[in-house]
Parts: sequence; structure tokens; C-alpha cells
Amino acid sequence: MSDGTLPGGSAQYEVRFRGGGFSPSSKRWAGVLVFIVLIAFVEWGTRAGFISNLTLPHPSDVLATFGELWDSGMLIRHLGPSLGRLVVGAALGACAGICVGILIGLFSYIRAGIGPLVAAIFPIPKIALLPLFVIWFGIGEGSKYALIAFGTFTPTVVATYGAVDNVDRSLVRMGQSFGLTWFSIVRKIVLPGAMPGILSGLRISLSIAIILLVAAEMLGAQYGIGAYILEAGSLYDLERLFAGVVILSLLGVLTSGAITLIERRLLDWRV
Amino acid sequence: MDIRLDGISHSYGKLEVLRDIDLHIPSGRIVCLVGPSGCGKSTLLRFVGGLERPTLGRVLQMGAPPEKCLNPFTFIFQDFALLPWRNVRQNVSLVLEDRGISGAERDRIIADVLERTRLSDFEHALPRQLSGGMKQRVAIARALAVNPAVMLMDEPLSALDAQTRAHLMDDLITLWERQPFTAIYVTHDLAEAVRLGHKVVVLSRRPGLIREIVDVDKPLSERGYVDADLERIREYLWDMMREEARAADEELFNV
Ligand SMILES: Nc1ncnc2c1ncn2[C@@H]1O[C@H](COP(=O)(O)OP(=O)(O)OP(=O)(O)O)[C@@H](O)[C@H]1O
Ligand SMILES: [Mg+2]
Repeated sequence: MSDGTLPGGSAQYEVRFRGGGFSPSSKRWAGVLVFIVLIAFVEWGTRAGFISNLTLPHPSDVLATFGELWDSGMLIRHLGPSLGRLVVGAALGACAGICVGILIGLFSYIRAGIGPLVAAIFPIPKIALLPLFVIWFGIGEGSKYALIAFGTFTPTVVATYGAVDNVDRSLVRMGQSFGLTWFSIVRKIVLPGAMPGILSGLRISLSIAIILLVAAEMLGAQYGIGAYILEAGSLYDLERLFAGVVILSLLGVLTSGAITLIERRLLDWRV
Repeated sequence: MDIRLDGISHSYGKLEVLRDIDLHIPSGRIVCLVGPSGCGKSTLLRFVGGLERPTLGRVLQMGAPPEKCLNPFTFIFQDFALLPWRNVRQNVSLVLEDRGISGAERDRIIADVLERTRLSDFEHALPRQLSGGMKQRVAIARALAVNPAVMLMDEPLSALDAQTRAHLMDDLITLWERQPFTAIYVTHDLAEAVRLGHKVVVLSRRPGLIREIVDVDKPLSERGYVDADLERIREYLWDMMREEARAADEELFNV
């Protein structure tokens, strides 16, 4: 019966395949390929002249600038303070956000009291508050920490209490029925159950933290990626501008990678 | 330790769910609870387990729970309720951690219950790697670990396929014979009820009240998979419930 016709003589066709798709799998090389093609295109375009030198620098020059930055030690000079601000600010904001989010998720009164407040401060562009923070926390590092912390805080809160809301209540019931303490239920059932949501919230919060870091440094800092980019911009030094931007992108990729690593470790129980 | 339900009535707002339930559950016996959908069986079980309070009436526990009993009223849920981020061993360990049971003693209890539920080889498997029947056996192991005085089982087998159900039923019977436990067993399956129950309590449709209590006298060990005596009782029960079940099914939920 494999020869295309049935004994009765009627034709036989293979059923058309129409499944597949909709389940992205890890194909890392595709991302790398896009970058390489894009950069090669720009390099070619700027050299051939149909991309004007005023629009984009040669990627190879950007790379050279990068090398200079490294050799002169200026890279560490700028990156060090930036990383410090990012880590301190984001850690403060994320920790506070997770705590408040869990409280909102667990207690009706706190939800009724603080929920609207969070909703009210969520849409405020935090950068608009920088002058205020400068007065409150001083012109130095304090105001920058505060700005980044505040910016990461609100999205983390919203993501966390959403995640707590989504924890399977039947598991909580189970915990109660076995006489676990309230604290145990929160630590062993609610928190792990909310972890997927908290981590994907953190992914967004950390990108916001990087944006705010640059903004804060542009408004008043001697060293830092933001200050470096601002200076390059005002001199219209495209190579350095782009070198700064590339550093920021790398920072974004790294934090996102870190979250992925944490997810892989903490959420290996998921299918 | 016996359990007595004393005049339990309950309403959710205007919806009257249970009316005047009086029931005695003797120690070491399995009482099956059957009744049409929505008549308040799960609700009644939650009252016994102390997860909710009835509007009227009380659940009385007669005498102190036996010694070494960590959690007198222990649930086995229809959806297993295992923590997906803990493996089999850790899921059992969860219910011992808060009880101040330390290292060696804890290991001994866990090894014992896993052995009794034939799970010793799967200690380190995560719930997602287990079949439905195995998941429910983990839940049973977890319940056994706290040495319950009363097991509260809410349709524990209804999420499983027929073969697995038959196997697990045999497992439950073996467990009971090895060490008789007290249980309230809610089910939709009359065959299950007559196979496992010493008493079958039939509830009417909402508001649920006790229509009849049927005793099944044959000892558990003598009941077979196909059994004429049990079949007769099952048919009797079905005749009693048939009309009610249909009516309950067609009822609109205007809650
Ligand atoms: N928390 C609740 N609030 C309001 N109504 C509820 C609540 N829990 C249950 N009910 C209602 O009470 C009635 C009895 O519910 P219950 O779950 O006890 O029935 P059941 O006998 O277990 O049904 P089933 O056989 O379908 O499991 C149902 O009509 C249900 O809608
Ligand atoms: Mg039910």
C-alpha cells in the first residue's frame, strides 16, 4: 500500500502537516547573526559613502575608541561608579518593592491603603523628581541611589503583588490544613509560587534602572557612563557617543542574562 | 478518637448548602459521603478539617487524638496539591518541618511512608515527572507522615484514569488493613463508595441533608473487584440517587 494507490484504485495522500510553530526554542546564533549583519552593513555603508559620516560612525572606529578607553583606564573610571550606583539603587528598590508587593498581596488593609498610592506614583516619570531628590538626599551619590531605587521600586511592587495574587490558593489551603505556621506558608508556598512573576518583573525593573542611571548621571556627575555620553554628545563625537551606547547595551544584555541564570537555577521545577 | 457532627447547617449568603447534618464517625472506620453535585460534600469536609466554620452546629472530636499524632485532621485533595518546586521527599518533609522533628527521626518517618506507598525509588523526582497516580500516592504519603487521626479525602481518585483508580483503591485498602485509619471519603463513584466504605452516607441535593446511611458489613479484605453483594448495594444506592442527580445537574446556578 506504499505505492500511492489503494487496492480499490483510489489515490492516497499524506496528511498535510499543519502543527508546529508558536513554541520558541533557544536558537542563540540567530541573535548574534543579526548583530553581525547589521554591523557589517553599517561598516560597508559608511565606507562606501551612502551613509554619511555625520549620521553614523564607522563601527571599526567605535571599536578603536573602546580600545583607547580601556588602555587609558577611563573605562573603569566611568564604569565603576555607574555599576556602584546601579547595584545599590536597584538592590534597594527591588528589595523594598518585593517586600511591599508581598504585603500588598497578603493583607487586604495594606492593599486598600497602599495599592492606590502605588498606582498614583507608578506613571510619574521619576526623572522629573530628580531636583527634589537632590534637595532631599544631596547632590552626591544619595540622590542617584534614591532615583534608581524609586524607579525600580514601583514596577517591582506591581509585578510582585500580581504574582502573589496568582499563587495557587489550593496550595495555601493545603499548607493550612497541615498546620503550617503563617510564616512557613509565606516562605515555602507563597514566595516560591510567586517567584516566576517576581523575576519577570525584575527583568523590566532592571532595564528601567539602567535608563534612570544614565539620566541621573547626565544631570550631574563627573564620572559615569551617562556623563561620558553627555560629554561626547555635546562635542558631537560620534565614536565616543556610540562607544557609550554600546556599553549601556552590554549592561542591559548582562543584567538580562543574569536574570535568565537565576531563573534557570530557581525555576528549574517548571516544565 | 471518634468524630461527631452535631446539627450542622450552613448557608453561603442566601444559598442554603447544608441542613441539619448529624453524623457519627467511629474510630478506625471509613465513612463514604455520596450525593449529587453541589450538595455540599466538600463544604462539609472543610468544616471537619477546620478550614471553615458552619453557620450552625459543631464538629466534635470525642476524646484526645492518639499519641504521636501530629495533625489530627489531614486532607487528601482531588488535585493532589503538591508543591511543584519540591521533589517527592521534600514534599513529604514539608509537613514535618514545622513540627520540630529533626534529622534522623524525620528521615525515618519519610522512609517509612515512602515505603508504604511504594515510592522509595522516586524520592528525588519532581511532581511534573510523575504520573497522576504517583502524585496522589505522594499526597497519601504526605498525609501518612503526620500520623492523622482522621483522613479527609475529597474525591481523591477522580482526577485519575480507571486503571490507576483501581490500583490506588487496592493501595488504600492495603494501607487500611495494615493500620486501620479513620476516614471521611467523598466520592461520586458509587462503586468506590461500596468498595471502601464501612458506611455510605447519602446526601440529598442542595440543601444537603442526610437521606440515608447504608452500612456495608462485609469486611474490607473480603470485598472483591467484582462482587455481587457490593453490586446489590450499589444498585440500591443508585436507585435512590438517580432522580436527584438528574435534577441537581439541570439546576441553574443563579448564585
Ligand atoms: N466559598 C464559597 N462561597 C460561596 N458559595 C460556595 C462556596 N463554596 C461552595 N459554594 C457553593 O456551595 C455549594 C456546595 O459546594 P460544594 O463544593 O460543597 O459541593 P460538592 O458537593 O462538593 O459538589 P461537587 O460534587 O461538585 O464537588 C455549591 O453550590 C457551591 O457553589
Ligand atoms: Mg466537591
